[in-house]
Parts: sequence; structure tokens; C-alpha cells
Amino acid sequence: MENKMQTKHLDFYYGKKQVLKNVSLDMKERQITALIGPSGCGKTTLLRLLNRMNDVIPEIRLDGDVLLDGENIYAAGVDVVEVRKRVGMVFQQPNPFPKTVFENIAFGPRMMGQKNRLYLEEIVERSLKVAAIWDEVKDNLDKSGLALSGGQQQRLCIARTLAIEPEVILMDEPCSALDPISTLKIEELMQDLKKQYTIVIVTHNMQQAARVSDRTGFLLLGELVEYSETSEIFGRPRDQRTEDYITGRFG
Amino acid sequence: MSPKIAQRIAKVFIWGGGAITVAILLGIILYILIQGVPVLSLDFLITPPRGGLTGEGGISTAIIGTLYILGVTLAIVIGPGIGAGIYLAEYARNNRFTQIIRYAVGILAGVPSIVFGLFGFTLFVTALRFNFSILSGALSLVCLLLPTLIRTTEEALKTVPRSYREAALATGASKWQTIRHVVLPAAMPGIVTGIILCAGRVVEETACLYVTMGGSAAMPKSILSGGRTLSLHLFYLAMETRAFDKAMGTGAVLIIIIIVINTLTNWLSHRFQVKMRGG
Repeated sequence: MENKMQTKHLDFYYGKKQVLKNVSLDMKERQITALIGPSGCGKTTLLRLLNRMNDVIPEIRLDGDVLLDGENIYAAGVDVVEVRKRVGMVFQQPNPFPKTVFENIAFGPRMMGQKNRLYLEEIVERSLKVAAIWDEVKDNLDKSGLALSGGQQQRLCIARTLAIEPEVILMDEPCSALDPISTLKIEELMQDLKKQYTIVIVTHNMQQAARVSDRTGFLLLGELVEYSETSEIFGRPRDQRTEDYITGRFG
Repeated sequence: MSPKIAQRIAKVFIWGGGAITVAILLGIILYILIQGVPVLSLDFLITPPRGGLTGEGGISTAIIGTLYILGVTLAIVIGPGIGAGIYLAEYARNNRFTQIIRYAVGILAGVPSIVFGLFGFTLFVTALRFNFSILSGALSLVCLLLPTLIRTTEEALKTVPRSYREAALATGASKWQTIRHVVLPAAMPGIVTGIILCAGRVVEETACLYVTMGGSAAMPKSILSGGRTLSLHLFYLAMETRAFDKAMGTGAVLIIIIIVINTLTNWLSHRFQVKMRGG
């Protein structure tokens, strides 16, 4: 299986504080990679490094490489906008724009210069269908995205990401603000999405990681303690710290 | 003292403070309207003032002068004011330079308007030879209003949640696209409120214009003509003539204009928010 994304010996600092230590992680194409670990372990930081969302934060320092199809996305001359078109992101809190459902989805293509109304309508419908929310919103495309329920908003945000036709989708605790039924819908959706996309998900919820992911990485204090097949991590953890965490002895 | 009694006393004070404020405001507005409205007539509105010490005539040229200076001032101030606000909120790093800018903006916002008038008189009226004119007045008002507009714009932009920006950036928008298509629309009610505040300041400003606009009672012919606004006219009527009733009439017109502007603002920003929040 191809490595879609890789981090190599990644060190990351906020000011003087080191939050990631020598993290090397391979994310396989069309698989779901889950990152678990207690709060403050650096898993969200790691995720946000994969599409350079941390760029906006002042006083950060990064050593090591983040590769997308073998190319370092932090190399000089790389266009960060291009990186983000290939690596989309879904956030912890659903964050639709204060615009209509249609405009939320059409936003990405519009920003890339797409003006053709028919094409936009097609891509909006396709994205909403893939995100399994089309039936719920097809009659209300001109209603505000903020008028939807939390679970619908999150699927709307996933559809918004799909509309830019990314190769990788990063999900930062996408279900932590949702009820169990909405969570289930998103998890089912992820299984559909992985046929076409590489997914990296950060989750607080170990059952979720066990249910949805192919490979799981356990982070602790900025260190990637263990990384392997999800069944291995949860079935036969090699490191004592991993075992302690997944059996609920801390975290 | 028991919590119950303390609460009751606090309530009386707070309620009393509110009641006194409302009473004073209503008192002023009603007094001027009661004194001023009887003077109002179509004739009063469309007749030019006679000028001089008589105080006779209407307020037509003052209305035109007000609209004229309002238009010119806003046309000049909106671009740089909002631009600087965007710069400070979105682009400027928090370093010594921007701290100095913010500090200067803060000080300028508190400088009395007559000081801006003196500055305008020295620079625009005298040095640049715009003489007493709409242009000199408008440019002085621009200096007066810039700090306010920069501040309100910056505040409005800062209230836009970070999650909107992150969503736009993660969807492949550039920084400018994010600002232009997500942040600015979301901040628009606040920015519009800032602009309307500026419009209010233009309508009410007197001291600054007294020394830059000249106060001619004639109809302004161009941007380089002198002229007077309603506030300035009111000042002349009250201080240099015995036409106190006409001063009251002018005051009534001013108050009505301010009420209209404020109602319009509230209505606009409310409508905007309802549309955005998806009610």
C-alpha cells in the first residue's frame, strides 16, 4: 500500500515548548489513520501540520519533513494554498459559513475561479450526496447553513471539503460536539469516503478509533509511542504505556 | 445587610440610573421638538437663509451643505479607514510599529474636534489654499473620523470567529479571499455601524467646520465653495442673531435626521443578521 502522507522525524515547537518529538508516521493511501492520546499529547497539532494550518500561529518552529506523495509540503516555494486544496480539513466544532447551504459548498470551487452555474450546481449536488446529507437539504439549498442541526452542519462541512476534490481529508475530533446518532452517521460516511480518499482522524474516543480506523497511532507527551494496525494496537499493544492508556488506567 | 435588602437597594439604584438617563434624553429631545417643530414648514426647508444678523429665511442651503459635506467626507474616509482597520486586524503583526499605530489611533480618537479644525485650517485652508470650502471641511472631518472608523472596523473584524477563517483557509482560499469573501461579510454589520456613526459625527460636528468651512449662507456651487451645515447654521442663529425660534427649528431638523439615521442603521444591521443567522 502506498504512503499518501508521511512525517519524518518531526519536531515542533510553540515558542520554546516542544510539542512534538521526532514523530515519524506513514499514512497509507485510502486508509483511515487514527491518532489517539490524552489531551495535550500533540495529536491535533500533528494533524494541523499536515495541511499547514499552524502556519498562521506566530513563533512556531518545525524541524523534519511532512511529505505528500513524497514531496515535502514545507519545502521552500511550495504554495500553501495548493497544499490545502489537496489536503482538506474538517474541524472539531462544525463551522459552516454564515451563508446558504449552496454557497457553503460552492465556496471552494468559486475560490478556485469556477463561475459556471451549472457546474457549481452539479458539484454541490454531488458533494452533498457523497456526504449523505443531500436528501435532508435538497429542498433548502438557499437556507443558511447555520440553520441546520449540529450533525447536519458537520456533514455540510464534510461536503464543503469534498467539493474541492482533495486527496486527503483531515478530521479533528469531528464527532466530539455531536450526539450518538449523528456520530454514527459520520462514522458510516467515513467508511464510504475511504474508498476514494485518504483519511486521518484525531479522536478522543478510543472506541471510535477502534471502529473506524485501519491504523492507529498513540501519542503521549508529543511522542509517537506506538503505531500499527488498529487491531494490533487494541489487541496486542507492545508498549506498556499504550496498554495503560487503552485499558483506561490514565488519560 | 441581608442579601435580599442589598439586592433591593442595588435594583433601585440601577433602575433609577436608567430612568434618570431616559428622562433627561427624552426631555431634551421633546423640548427641542416642541419648540422647533412649529417653526417647520416646507417654506422653511426650501428657502435659503438670509445670512447676516437678521436670522431670517429658511435652511435650504444648510441642508444642501450638510448633504454635500456628508457625501464628500464619507467618500474620502471610507477607503482608508476600512483599509487601515483591515490592515491592523488581519495583517499587522503585533510588534512595536503596530503598537505605536494603535496608540496613535487611540489618542487621535480622543482629541477635541476644534484641534482637528485648527489643523485643517492650517493645512487645507491656508497651506494648500483650498480656502474656506466644503473640501477643507470634509478633509478636516476625515482626519477627525479616521481613528473612529479604523477602530470600529478593527473591532468588527476581530469579532469574526477564528473558525470561519480556518474553514476558508482549509477550503483552499487564499488569505485575501478569506478576508474578502468570509471575514468582511461576517463583519459587515459592525463596519456599517461604524460608517453610520461617522455619518452622525459629520451631521453633528460644528467646531471643526467653524474654522474650515467658512459658514457662507449661499448655496455651494462646487466642492471649493464655502458653506454651512445645519449644525453650523444653528450655531450662527443662536450666537449671532435673535432668531431663537429658527435655531430651535434647525435643531428639530437635526434631531429628526439623527433619529432617521439611527433607525435605519438598526434596521439594516438587524436585517443583515437575520439573513446570516438563517432565522
